[in-house]
Amino acid sequence: MAAIPQAHGAVAVDVGLQLAVENLLARYAHALDDDRLEEWPDFFVEQGRYRITTAENHARNLPLPIIYADSRAMLRDRVSALRHANIYEAQRYRHIVSSVLVERLDPQTVRAASNFQVTRIMRTGESTLFASGRYLDRIRMDPAGARFEERIVVLDSRAVDTLLAIPI
Amino acid sequence: MPAVTESRTWPREGLARVPYWIYQDEDVYAREQERIYRGAAWNFLGLEAELPAPGDFKTTFVGEMPVVVTRGDDGAINCFENRCAHRGALLCLKDRGSAKEIACVYHNWTYDLCGNLTGVAFRRGVRGQGGMPDDAQPESQAPRKLRVTVFCGLMFATLSDATPPFERYVGAEVAARIRRVMKEPVRVLGGYSQILPSNWKLYFENVKDTYHASLLHLFFSTFRLNRLEQKGGVIVGGEGGSHVSFTMMKTDTSGDEYEKAGMRSVSGGYRLEAPQLLESVDEYGDGVTLQILTVFPGFVLQQIMNCLAVRQVLPKGPGRTELVWTAFGYASDDEKMTERRIRQSNLVGPSGYISLEDGAATGFVQRGVHGAPAHASVVEMGGRSVESNESRVTETSVRGMWQQYRRHMAL
Repeated sequence: MAAIPQAHGAVAVDVGLQLAVENLLARYAHALDDDRLEEWPDFFVEQGRYRITTAENHARNLPLPIIYADSRAMLRDRVSALRHANIYEAQRYRHIVSSVLVERLDPQTVRAASNFQVTRIMRTGESTLFASGRYLDRIRMDPAGARFEERIVVLDSRAVDTLLAIPI
Repeated sequence: MPAVTESRTWPREGLARVPYWIYQDEDVYAREQERIYRGAAWNFLGLEAELPAPGDFKTTFVGEMPVVVTRGDDGAINCFENRCAHRGALLCLKDRGSAKEIACVYHNWTYDLCGNLTGVAFRRGVRGQGGMPDDAQPESQAPRKLRVTVFCGLMFATLSDATPPFERYVGAEVAARIRRVMKEPVRVLGGYSQILPSNWKLYFENVKDTYHASLLHLFFSTFRLNRLEQKGGVIVGGEGGSHVSFTMMKTDTSGDEYEKAGMRSVSGGYRLEAPQLLESVDEYGDGVTLQILTVFPGFVLQQIMNCLAVRQVLPKGPGRTELVWTAFGYASDDEKMTERRIRQSNLVGPSGYISLEDGAATGFVQRGVHGAPAHASVVEMGGRSVESNESRVTETSVRGMWQQYRRHMAL
């Protein structure tokens, strides 16, 4: 399970690595906000894990997820269901991602923690703060680019308004 | 008793019509709090497994009334109002925890785990000055204690002495179907809430409405996973407000059949790339793959394959409802079984493949009926009466809910 990179003490920042991670986080956010959901699974390695949980479940070490996938195939199924099966009112997200902490675990692996806020814009024009929380990431850096081995989305609140269809 | 506006009369068609003012009126809502939640009904509090040890407590609600639920030193479950005898402040400000006593933060009045007032700070004053008169009776305003019943590890409470024993309240058949799922000690896997933009009754109807399942939730049909022969039925229990619906999907336990169904290439059809999501085992030996059970006014017990959960329906005003989900497995589960339940939890909750629509659909009704309080919905699928049925193309359990509701509400 991803932990939080060193939050205290003097840590020499690897600027190149920091920017590479922030670039991955930014591209991910833009893909979701632009409704390019079909690109979403490609941000993960083939056996990448994605899990949305709540801070409460996370703190109590309870395994119940809101969304769970442990392969790109499962992520593609989620997109396919959102496109063709599930019914929900038209809506968009705007992700704001910040406070990115990065720590190298080994030459190929990095862990990162960042904060997010997601505004949800309904077709009626109603804009609300839909979710806030923290991304806990484990990222594989290889020549082909940076991809998530694991992305845990920890929602600050235990309550979700109406439904959570589009991934965070 | 809060009166209901005189012009509000139930349509003469009876249970086959539900007037839209029932989801909107403030006075109806106030009357529900008194006559249903604080009346002769069993209100779900949670799983007994949430309070494993003496001193464990949680806070929740009976309707809108805040309550504290504790496990006492004697091991018994207690439930009392979360309201101090003194000024009415919330006694307990945590969602859950463990304590030897409960103390109000406002003036430090203390209570034991049964809700008895045990201490009034400075009751005798300080050095003979101040304090309460000798004949003061602060106990007269003590938090009310609710009658608690624990049925198969499920905790329910009622304020009324008139509420029938639980098994009689839900009926023998529904009770048997609770026993089926709550067959052994359970372990909590986690929880979350969904805030629904609708009246609580719209959600409770939705859960009972077997007619909508294959029409609104297109996940199974889109991925061609339900072309197998299905049997099932609907049982209405108690005074009508409790029900169980069940489906037997023909399947083999290896998951091969899903694999084949998922992989089948049908022109224009979609398929799951990872059909192991639905790999499941028959834990009950009866072939029932889906059982949804309700107890009036706000309890849902769900078995969808191996995905088990209880849901508590809490009213938060005429147009707002909190749906509290608690997922569980059995204490005897091995890692593989837990993993299976976690995978299948993709089916339920606010992102559930076969449930995410429910949060929106009840809101569509709440918004749709704004200008039409005097109109009514048409509830005639499967006839106009309340009875158990082998077909699920019926609204019999929805009518059953209104039967019990109207009796409670004298409407």
